[in-house]
Order: sequence, then structure tokens, then C-alpha cells
Amino acid sequence: MKDITEYEKDLSSIRNMMERSVKFISLSGISGVMAGIYALIGATTAYFTIHYPVSPLNYRTYSVNERTILIKLSIIAIIVLTASIGTALWFSQRKAKKHKVSLWNTTSKRLLQSVITPLVTGGLLIIILLANGHYGVAAPASLIFYGLALIQAGQYTYDEIRYLGFCEIVIGLIAAALPGFGLIFWALGFGVLHVIYGSVMHYRYDK
Amino acid sequence: MKNPFDLLDRVLEHRLRLQIMSVLVANDSYDFNSLKELMNVTDGNLATHIKALEKEKYISVSKSFVDRKPKTKYKVTEKGRTAFKKHIDALELLIKQQGK
Repeated sequence: MKDITEYEKDLSSIRNMMERSVKFISLSGISGVMAGIYALIGATTAYFTIHYPVSPLNYRTYSVNERTILIKLSIIAIIVLTASIGTALWFSQRKAKKHKVSLWNTTSKRLLQSVITPLVTGGLLIIILLANGHYGVAAPASLIFYGLALIQAGQYTYDEIRYLGFCEIVIGLIAAALPGFGLIFWALGFGVLHVIYGSVMHYRYDK
Repeated sequence: MKNPFDLLDRVLEHRLRLQIMSVLVANDSYDFNSLKELMNVTDGNLATHIKALEKEKYISVSKSFVDRKPKTKYKVTEKGRTAFKKHIDALELLIKQQGK
């Protein structure tokens, strides 16, 4: 017969196994902070591309409809996205190594499967609407679909990511209600929120 | 009153087996290599305990080929799920009684 503390260890090892077999825990807080910083740099660059030297309060005086500006904005967005994903992969790889697990495992595959549908749907919708001249939807739609993807992701990684998802959706909806301030809300959602979320996660799990 | 020690499942008394079961209860299915990585154990050690659980019909095995590499997947059976739940209940009872 085993000692009672052994049974307690049994129970805690079960909890630990269940948690680790379902959740992808190699996401790093720092990569969230970095993604936020890239987004803020991107938003600032975009602001100067569109509005310079007009003040932000004059947003509605003219809208973004020139092809060259649109192409420039798309390039900025793609650079921000690529840099963020690259950084996330790099930091996750490091964290996975530390935990002695592989980056590409059952949990990361499931995580990817859960976010791919909302992200691809949202991405295609935005491209279609942009092609039809509905430039105003880019910011709110990207925030909302990203938020939905994060809420899905909550099943397969840290629970806290859901709160980030809800915040993104709220900001996306406000952005939709206040057309013309898309860039500000975009900077808020993808920039400021990521920095806050990333720092919280870093202090909670990575220290 | 019944002794809670009698309620424990002898097959599941081994911690590694209990861990295998907990992974399979929490997930639809899990393959051998992912289990090995997750639990940080050797092939032989894992295989031995999987065999024991298989023998009790607590888990079921399905073998397939992915990119010409064999892939062995495990699922928990209804019998296994019930046994696991009973065992956990007994563990909880034991710990609760001890606390009194």
C-alpha cells in the first residue's frame, strides 16, 4: 500500500498531464510584446503615408482611395504580419526547447487548426471588400476576426488569450461604429493590447 | 464502511499508466510518439504500460501509415473511462478521509 502523499501526487500528475496534453504552452509573452511594437511602428508608418501633414483630427477630410497608397498600406501590413509570425515562431521554438518538447506537436497542430478558419475567412472577406472599394472595413473586420480566432485558440493554449480575443472584438465593433478612425483602433487593438497581454503573460508564465 | 483502498484499481495504481489514461481521457486520441514526448519516458517503458492497459481493454489501438511511416494511435474505451473515473473517485475519498 502506498503512502497517502503518493496518492496526492497521483492526482496532481493527472491534472498536469491532462492540461499539458491539451494545451500548447510554448507561446511566449515576449513575442506578443514584439508583435505589438511592430504593429505600432507599422501604424505610425501608415499614418505618415496617408495623412502627413494633416492632423489626426482631420481624418474624414479625405479617404484612402489612391491605388499607390493602398498598395503601400498593404505592404506595411504584410511586413508587420510576417515579422510578428516570425518572432512568435522563434520565441516559441526557444521556449519549446526549454520545455523539451517539439514546436510542431499534437497541441500546436490543434491550435493552428482552431484559428485557421476564422483567420482565413476574415482575410478573404477583407480582400474581397477592399477590391470592391470598401476600404473602411479593413480595420474593424481584421480586429473582429482576429478576436474570434483568439477565443477559439483559448481551448488549446493559455485561457487568458480569450480575454485578449474579447477585447479585440470590442475594439473592432467600436471601430466599425466610428468610421474614419480605423488606423487608431487598429493601433490600439494590434499594438497596445498585444504589448499589455504579452507583458502580463511574460510575468505570469515565463519568469 | 467499505475500505476506500479496496476501491482503487490495481491496474491504475502505477503512476505512468494513470498518466497515459489521463491524456487519453482528455483527448480524442493520442499517438505513441506524442505520448512519449509528453511524458518524457523511454519507448520500452511506455510500450510496457500501454500493453498492460491494452490487455485490460482500457484502451484501444489503431495502426495506420502516414507518409509510409507507421503511426499508432490510442483511444480510451468506455471500460477504461469508467475505471479511470472510479479510481480517481477512490483517490479523492482516500485523501479526504486522511484530512479528517
